Amino acid sequence: MELVCPAGSLPALKAAVDNGANAVYLGFRDATNARNFAGLNFGMDEIRAGIRHARAAGAKVFIALNTYPREAHWSQWTAAADRAANLGVDAVIVADLGLLRYCARHHPHMRRHLSVQASATSHEAIDFYAREFGVQRVVLPRVLSLQQVRQVIAHSPIEVEVFGFGSLCIMVEGRCFLSSYVTGESPNTCGVCSPAKAVRWEEAAGTRRSRLNGVLIDVYAPGEPAGYPTLCKGRFDVAGEINYALEEPTSLNVLAILPELLRAGVAAVKVEGRQRSPAYVAQVTRVLRAALDACQRDPNRYAPRAEWTAQLDKLAEGRQHTLGALDRAWQ
Amino acid sequence: MKLSLGPILYFWERERVLDFYAQAAGWPVDIVYLGEAVCSKRRALRPDDWLEIAGSLAHAGKEVVLTTLALIEAESELGALRRAVTNGRFPVEANDTAALNMLSAAQGTRFVAGPYLNVYNGETLKLLHELGAGRWVLPAELSRDMLAALQARRPHGMETEVQVFGRLPLALSARCFTARAHHLPKDECEFRCRDYPDGLPLATREGQRFLTINGIQTQSGSTSCLVAELPELRAIGVDVLRLSPQAHSMHEVVQVFREALDDRLAPAAAEERLAVHMPDGACNGYWHGEPGMAWQPHAD
Repeated sequence: MELVCPAGSLPALKAAVDNGANAVYLGFRDATNARNFAGLNFGMDEIRAGIRHARAAGAKVFIALNTYPREAHWSQWTAAADRAANLGVDAVIVADLGLLRYCARHHPHMRRHLSVQASATSHEAIDFYAREFGVQRVVLPRVLSLQQVRQVIAHSPIEVEVFGFGSLCIMVEGRCFLSSYVTGESPNTCGVCSPAKAVRWEEAAGTRRSRLNGVLIDVYAPGEPAGYPTLCKGRFDVAGEINYALEEPTSLNVLAILPELLRAGVAAVKVEGRQRSPAYVAQVTRVLRAALDACQRDPNRYAPRAEWTAQLDKLAEGRQHTLGALDRAWQ
Repeated sequence: MKLSLGPILYFWERERVLDFYAQAAGWPVDIVYLGEAVCSKRRALRPDDWLEIAGSLAHAGKEVVLTTLALIEAESELGALRRAVTNGRFPVEANDTAALNMLSAAQGTRFVAGPYLNVYNGETLKLLHELGAGRWVLPAELSRDMLAALQARRPHGMETEVQVFGRLPLALSARCFTARAHHLPKDECEFRCRDYPDGLPLATREGQRFLTINGIQTQSGSTSCLVAELPELRAIGVDVLRLSPQAHSMHEVVQVFREALDDRLAPAAAEERLAVHMPDGACNGYWHGEPGMAWQPHAD
């Protein structure tokens, strides 16, 4: 199983590679990727330096072109695909049907991975992308139970990559408009969710309130740790009960089921978090590397070590973790 | 422009569904979308029941389209999808790539590319047309300007449909939020969504009606309404206007849109007549390139 790690910057890329990532994924500095945040991502010189660093360590570089090109800006996405091809990256990660066809026609030798944003959740969907566009790997949305992941892999004509650690999307990736409903900007169109420019913090009488474009996302009691107001992880009122109606702040962590994923035939495990610091990437990569090595050495005797889980929980959203949809009970 | 009734997105009792379509047969709508798009566990009606309703509506002169699941997770759901795609009589609305795969295998089958497929550019539109799509439905978050750009690239013979009334489908999840609100696991949900024929309201802690929970689907809290934008929709060349069913007043909603379409009702007057049927407020922000929840009142 390959370990695929996030690189939001050149230092993060080096942190990932130096701590044992088999591949890193990154984006250009614009809306062509789903982490279009200020101060993040790569210019051409940085990518070239990143590729040199990765190749020297035997690691691969993938470029995420995983937003949906709007008609008026179509050429920005095709130009990004052309740049990726010229750079000779190991793969592009693409979601849009039109852009997939463009890549298949114009750059047939550049490997194409299907982004999680394309939300291919069944072998029938995967079959479509493999046949129509020669896609060679699919990243599965975080909506399937472990049993369903097994089923998909058993019938999939191509490699399957799953998320292993990081912030958890509750909604099917690529099919969530909550952010644009509130702020006008969504992952699909702008590469952002709950964008920072729409966030406002208010403090009164010891309590803190977080708002997204005016909508109250959460209220924190004095002393209560406050998190980033990702709108699906706020506390809301449903039938008179105030609760995390959609999901609480938490991170996905699959350490507990690595042997099952290995036996199911998962080709790669992906770490979310291009928006995270190089230090975060270094620590997460180190733990995942150790866990993957232990699991691949002897899956039957593998068990996640307490210190791995403790280290990852410290870095996790809300300092807690979940198997998410992989665990049927979560659903 | 034609009027369509979108599929019922909520879990209504069998009798309520049958009654709804018995009435709809006499309403001035041209197209009716039938079937379950949200949750495969909702089986108040069997596939044959839907085909029977489809038959009566077709007999009443309606164009009937069978909708399909937007999120496919289980092998059994693929089976149901395959049966819908190969029903041999009615076209289907494809809401997932799995449906596209089955339709491309059944070459030449005309279908509708539903609102849950991501269509953001002309290349994608062209590709869907080549696969057999004769109509596409605008995804909820696209604006008037994005639609206009797409219309300029629209393949010949491809119809464009836009939802102009009803809560907006905003997100899908593996998790059932209705079951979660009742502290039940999804596998033992007790079909609680049956108690919410217009979805379960979700408000902020200061009482702002924010979203609507509908099982695994999250919808807008307020009702999208583009009746005042009919002149723009017409000018952009939209062919079909979709009304997404809610539990009450659908006949009146259809009536208002029909009169507005036939120029018997001015846009502002139409908007005023619909206001009472949108008790949780209205939104039209997406159309104007703003946050979807925004509301721009009619300008005259």
